[in-house]
Amino acid sequence: MTDTLSTTRQASIERTQRIRAGLRRRHMGETIFRGLGLAAIVLALGFVALLFVDVVRKGIPAFTQSNLHLAVNFDPELLQVDPAPTRTAFASQAEYNAASLKWQRDVAMLNWNKVVEASLRTAAPADIEIDSRQILSIAETDARHDIREMFVADPSLLGRTVEVEVLASANAANWIKGNINRSLGDAQQQLSAPARALIDTFVEDGTISNGFAWSIFTNVDSRAAPASAGLLGAFVGTLWMMLIVIILAVPIGVAAAVYLEEFAPRSRLTDLIEVNINNLAAVPSIVFGLLGAAVFINYMHLPISAPLVGGLVLTLMTLPTIIIATRGALQGVSPALRQAALGMGASRTQMVFHHVLPVTFPSILTATIIGVAQALGETAPLLLIGMKAFVASVPLTPLDQATALPVQIYLWQGNENRNFFEPRTAAAIMVLLAVMILLNGVAIYLRSRLEKRA
Amino acid sequence: MDMVAGKVKMTQQSVKSAMNPTDMLERPIRLTARDVTVHYGAKQALHGISIDIPDRAVTSFIGPSGCGKSTFLRCINRMNDTIEGAKVGGTIKLDGEDIYDPSLDVVELRARIGMVFQKPNPFPKSIYENVAYGPRIHGLARNKTDMDEIVVSSLRKAGLFEEVKDRLNEPGTGLSGGQQQRLCIARAIAVGPEVILMDEPCSALDPIATAIIEELIDELRENYTIVIVTHSMQQAARVSQKTAFFHLGNLIEEGVTEDIFTNPVNKQTQDYIMGRIG
Repeated sequence: MTDTLSTTRQASIERTQRIRAGLRRRHMGETIFRGLGLAAIVLALGFVALLFVDVVRKGIPAFTQSNLHLAVNFDPELLQVDPAPTRTAFASQAEYNAASLKWQRDVAMLNWNKVVEASLRTAAPADIEIDSRQILSIAETDARHDIREMFVADPSLLGRTVEVEVLASANAANWIKGNINRSLGDAQQQLSAPARALIDTFVEDGTISNGFAWSIFTNVDSRAAPASAGLLGAFVGTLWMMLIVIILAVPIGVAAAVYLEEFAPRSRLTDLIEVNINNLAAVPSIVFGLLGAAVFINYMHLPISAPLVGGLVLTLMTLPTIIIATRGALQGVSPALRQAALGMGASRTQMVFHHVLPVTFPSILTATIIGVAQALGETAPLLLIGMKAFVASVPLTPLDQATALPVQIYLWQGNENRNFFEPRTAAAIMVLLAVMILLNGVAIYLRSRLEKRA
Repeated sequence: MDMVAGKVKMTQQSVKSAMNPTDMLERPIRLTARDVTVHYGAKQALHGISIDIPDRAVTSFIGPSGCGKSTFLRCINRMNDTIEGAKVGGTIKLDGEDIYDPSLDVVELRARIGMVFQKPNPFPKSIYENVAYGPRIHGLARNKTDMDEIVVSSLRKAGLFEEVKDRLNEPGTGLSGGQQQRLCIARAIAVGPEVILMDEPCSALDPIATAIIEELIDELRENYTIVIVTHSMQQAARVSQKTAFFHLGNLIEEGVTEDIFTNPVNKQTQDYIMGRIG
């Protein structure tokens, strides 16, 4: 009896020892795994931080622009243009209109560069030796348009002198911001030696000053006047596409998911559809672009480069994401809720619309916003439907030619004026990231709000 | 603790005042089931159940887990229709009308035969909306005053009104388990059903809440035909007038509750009641 007891006890001690021996190894395994996990997170965050820091560091200079403050004299002798016709001088409205039109044409045909040059020479030291082309290279090429527009809008400026702020040229801005190696020889400089010297003088005497580059947000893209290139056109193009994606993808996606999940009979056909939808989500986006080019442009003859086509292509891309996410959310609804509704005598449709959808609404909303955000970051499919064209206007309808933010980044990234467009590209990336962060933030906010209410 | 004892005692008292067995047998029959079978895919869950369910009395289904009592209950309001691959055979008649007749709308049937589930499952809406939902979808209230009346009287009948009258607009999910279950009963009553099915309505509740619900069931029997599935033989003995014992998908024995518990005919019923199976 005692023997048995001691053997049992002996066995128990041995067992404990064996467990204890293994413990160290187990704990070590756990520590290693935790360490690896932590390292993975640190690494991932490090890369994200690197990306952000790099983009912001490069992009910040693009938010400053160099402005030229000029005293523009609308000298009648230089302009050689008659005063604008007045209505009272003509017998009929038609005659006046004709004279007006002729005057506007005359004004447009004038060499406004002469006015710009004169203004620059006024600002420059009197004894400077610099030719027309060289001195004009300091101001952005659209300065003459700005001044002309001022005059057309207010013909009474003739003979008067006004303070005008125009953009310095991209080359001048590069020189001022120090993007160009100042020790390079004349042959390797974009600007001539007298122009460079004059720029430095202008900076010293305050004729050129730096200001916040609102033009990035208020201007459309420009190639002739790179310093005035902005994102407005691309931004509006992206907004149009977002609108189209939301209008089309959300109702179609949610309806498809609800039908497949709640109403469709389980059959080989629905299984096939399910597999296809899942695979569709993994199709490379450029393939959707090809499809869009073939179907919407070649076959349906929708306009090329239009946000409508872009929106349709992105809708096709977003649909699988929304369908899969919505189905997931529907599957997560507790059977108890469904039974409660059905037990009360609700029809299937009533069950879905009164109970299941309201409960899943926050998840569907989040998935949708993230799906839309993803689509808006797409570039490849848009290239194939012509949205990489250079468009220097704001698309007023979804049928107008347009580009999109990511495509604008791609275009600027490839611009030959590297020194000037590298910061601009980074700035455009910052704007795109801001839009994405905003959308995701809205998703998070709405989700937490709606879930709290439920 | 005193309160618990009081509640339980009260329940027992009210049950004591139950009708006598012979009275029960003379009750008109509300539901008749004949040879009801259920298949889930290839598996047969019920083997030809035939039973009569009397009007305005409590009928309880007892038996070990997986015996088919819940499955049969769910046949009565066709909740099995919602389960994929479930096939129901045989006939079930409510007042002589076949409830599996293709011309009968299941929505109408479920308005006439309400159901209370095992786990309290109020909608994630306000207490008021929970009760108002049924009358609303069935178009039972003509206006807001009508609806208010239905909601209040249903909550009263479910013995919940006094506890929630100041917070009708608060979510029903914020109530305690027992209150939630009474809310579900109020929700079922609001539609004005003739039959109420209860699938183990107290299995997720504590003893106090259970006692309250049992008391409520006893009161409701005055106006409704109640069928209750229960795990607890004591509960069946306390609340029901008729008891049916299920085992392995078969109806082994049915009869007046007192007879089943004091004088079971079948050996299996005896074993179950004595605690030897289940």
